[in-house]
Amino acid sequence: MPIILNHVNCIYEAGTNMEVAALKDVNLVIPDGQFIGLIGHTGSGKSSLVQHLNGLMKPTGGEVYFDGQDIADEDYDKKKLRSDVGLVFQYPEHQLFEADVFSDVCFGPKNLGLSKKEIELRAYEALKMVGLEDEYFYQSPFDLSGGQKRRAAIAGVIAMKPRVLILDEPTAGLDPKGREEILNLIKKLHEEMGITIILVSHSMDDVADYVERIIVMNHGEVFLDDEPKAVFSHKEELEKIGLAVPTVTEIMSRCAGKGFPVDDTVTTIEEAKAELLKLYKKR
Amino acid sequence: MNMIKTEKLTFEYIRRDEEGNVEGITRAVDQVDLDVEKGDFIAILGHNGSGKSTLAKHMNAIFFPTEGTIYVGGMDTGDESHIWDIRKTAGMVFQNPDNQIIGQVVEEDVGFGPENMGIPTKEIWERVEESLKAVGMYAYRKHSPNKLSGGQKQRVSIAGVLAMHPECIVLDEPTAMLDPQGRKEVIRAVRALNEVENITIILITHYMEEVVMADKVFVMDKGSIKMQGSPKEIFSQVDKLKELRLTVPQVTLLAEECRKAGMPFSKGILTIDEFMEELQCLLS
Repeated sequence: MPIILNHVNCIYEAGTNMEVAALKDVNLVIPDGQFIGLIGHTGSGKSSLVQHLNGLMKPTGGEVYFDGQDIADEDYDKKKLRSDVGLVFQYPEHQLFEADVFSDVCFGPKNLGLSKKEIELRAYEALKMVGLEDEYFYQSPFDLSGGQKRRAAIAGVIAMKPRVLILDEPTAGLDPKGREEILNLIKKLHEEMGITIILVSHSMDDVADYVERIIVMNHGEVFLDDEPKAVFSHKEELEKIGLAVPTVTEIMSRCAGKGFPVDDTVTTIEEAKAELLKLYKKR
Repeated sequence: MNMIKTEKLTFEYIRRDEEGNVEGITRAVDQVDLDVEKGDFIAILGHNGSGKSTLAKHMNAIFFPTEGTIYVGGMDTGDESHIWDIRKTAGMVFQNPDNQIIGQVVEEDVGFGPENMGIPTKEIWERVEESLKAVGMYAYRKHSPNKLSGGQKQRVSIAGVLAMHPECIVLDEPTAMLDPQGRKEVIRAVRALNEVENITIILITHYMEEVVMADKVFVMDKGSIKMQGSPKEIFSQVDKLKELRLTVPQVTLLAEECRKAGMPFSKGILTIDEFMEELQCLLS
């Protein structure tokens, strides 16, 4: 069942002179199994939005439906919601706390009241999924490298068996190879486990190659919501709100501006290369 | 004159288990020889754990070499009597702006450094003003830092360092936590300090695009310097960088891929402008 946001509003400090609208009339349908990029500059409402999806924040107006039920209902099982919608915060490795990696990953499922065997099985599967080898299981999480720590933290959320996984800037602070590894891991989770993914990012370059839909937030409103190519065709509007199209799209759009007949909606190096080679051969 | 010079700089630390028993020794920086001229803009690249930050922390006398020597503005950091002069000479900006801002008001925060140096009040205010102007944050001087965006906060952090009148600023991944807009603001401010005020800049980053205008790039791996040269020289070695867990700017990568497929782009194209120029020649 999809997640539905129906006229969701979120106002901080309503009725005071500090009043700020973090979300303004947001309407979205998030079907099962989609891979979505959620983009916006700092303060655009991205984080407020994702916190509404697993009930960490309550809308001040409108409803959020999960499995057809309003999650603000009195009798709604919040605990279940939070295992169904997993949220990986920015710098999740700061939340590692157990003495060894394996116990840390067990912490989430343990709180679901599962049997010991089930907990350990889930932790094992999650660690395998993120590609942490057995040798790291009983090491202190603090002895791992930056990228490994982050994968251990993501494993902790995967062990809850979420149906929707939201990741807030999962590549922040990692080196280029580390960024690629984490993004490929997320892609694998989406493909192999069929999890709905919402990837929150500042970077169009990061999401362009992976997602099937991009939601752009600005001033608490949904600014654009479409497939990547369609979103990037709004180059000027995006630049006006402090975002940039992927470098490749920028280059192709400059080419088109010079009068070369190229497709200026391509987003990946491979596509751009093909376009340029076509031009070169026709010369 | 050398702003920073290291001679076989090595830094080791002892790893201990929970009971405090020695587990082993890690060599975070390994025999690094580095020369930074006054007024240079230097970039240091390297994957997570390559030793960049450890090296940087030697430039401000936070860490001291296990072996070898480092001279900052001609002063040996091993000589304790120079420590405060060294920290005045080389200022440091870290990744997370929230960890380095302490004032309740922007201008107070910027004044904190010079105040600790015992500068007369009148001069402190002059310095605060010029520093905030240099990073384009003067209009926000009466604001509370926690209401600023990440890029603005980071520029306040830089102003705080600037107010101490350093000859050199070391920035350790100053843009890692910022959005594209904030990243641009910070890099623009840093470039202006280098070009206008002639302050030596040492920029540590994971974003290849921020490095293209540096005078010289150093690439670190396993604690030692594996590559050095101009951005053009460094970024024309795509495969070697990938081995070191790094990459090249997207535009460089596109040119390289096209070159491999038979379009004769030159090696190490760094900017979209350069790319467009060559493309037009190739197609005409």
